[in-house]
Amino acid sequence: MAETNHQMAREADRDAALSALTQTVPYNRLLGVRFERLGDELTARLPFRQGLVGNPLLPALHGGATGSFLEITALMQLAWDMVSAEIDKGGAWAKAVAEGAFPVFPKTVDITVDYLRSGRARDSFARARVQKSGRRVAHLHVEAWQEERLRPIAMLRGNFLMPGQGG
Amino acid sequence: MSRQENDEPQLGALMLGGTQPLLEPVGEGELMSGLPFSGEIGMRLHGAGGSVAILSVPYDERLIGDPQTGVMHGGVVTALLDTACGAAVMAVPEKLESTATLDLRIDYMRPASVGQTVFARAECYRITRSVAFARAVAFHEGSDDLVASAAAAFVIERSAKRTKAGG
Repeated sequence: MAETNHQMAREADRDAALSALTQTVPYNRLLGVRFERLGDELTARLPFRQGLVGNPLLPALHGGATGSFLEITALMQLAWDMVSAEIDKGGAWAKAVAEGAFPVFPKTVDITVDYLRSGRARDSFARARVQKSGRRVAHLHVEAWQEERLRPIAMLRGNFLMPGQGG
Repeated sequence: MSRQENDEPQLGALMLGGTQPLLEPVGEGELMSGLPFSGEIGMRLHGAGGSVAILSVPYDERLIGDPQTGVMHGGVVTALLDTACGAAVMAVPEKLESTATLDLRIDYMRPASVGQTVFARAECYRITRSVAFARAVAFHEGSDDLVASAAAAFVIERSAKRTKAGG
């Protein structure tokens, strides 16, 4: 029972840390991106609103909004992996994270975005997969979809520079 | 860095920074409120014509991607370059009904400077029956030190071809 309580507390800590990490970035707040955790997998959600539209006649999401959503998802995945590792260490690390001392964000080196389908006036979702996590560079694939997971609206491939060791 | 002599000399100078100033005085520009998301992030259009478009995004704390440095989110630069390339495509001499981004590749050479407006200059350098190709650079006024460069392909719909409704 004590073990279960401890585990639940740890899970609650993680949810709180993820929410705090998301909210610490002003551009995440502007777009209204949220993240949900299922096991070790993050799912991003971009709730639809008129301010995200590019073509008001269709209406369709602005390519820049979709591209931003993918890039936010990639950076948050990398940042979350670092935060999550610190929570695992427990003690002072976990305490620092709980107090909002997050690691420095990785930097985007290059990205390629493929726009497959027009983003419609509904919520979008995205998941990132870290294909390689090196000491200096990480390579990610991110997919965004709306009502059908297997019909992505856009995909991103990107290289990201990880923050310096001991930085 | 090798330079191709006969291949788009103007664009070559644009892409490499060149010796000529990257930006002549372009005034305040106009808020792009016709595209809601562009308007939301404060994107401005300074001019479009002859297959070229110049846009900008003034620095704004809502657009910060790294709270520790205050640098704008890469997604903002992505949105700016995507929109600039699209505007350059719409600025070709041929009459187009619409454009949709097919793909967009962005290289981030350095973080945008805190507090400074990011400009984008885009050029549509090739147009076929149904596809247009564009390149763009993002930079700060008076600086040859590029923030980012982009290459994009767009699916286009030509006005004259549309003879039937609901095509």
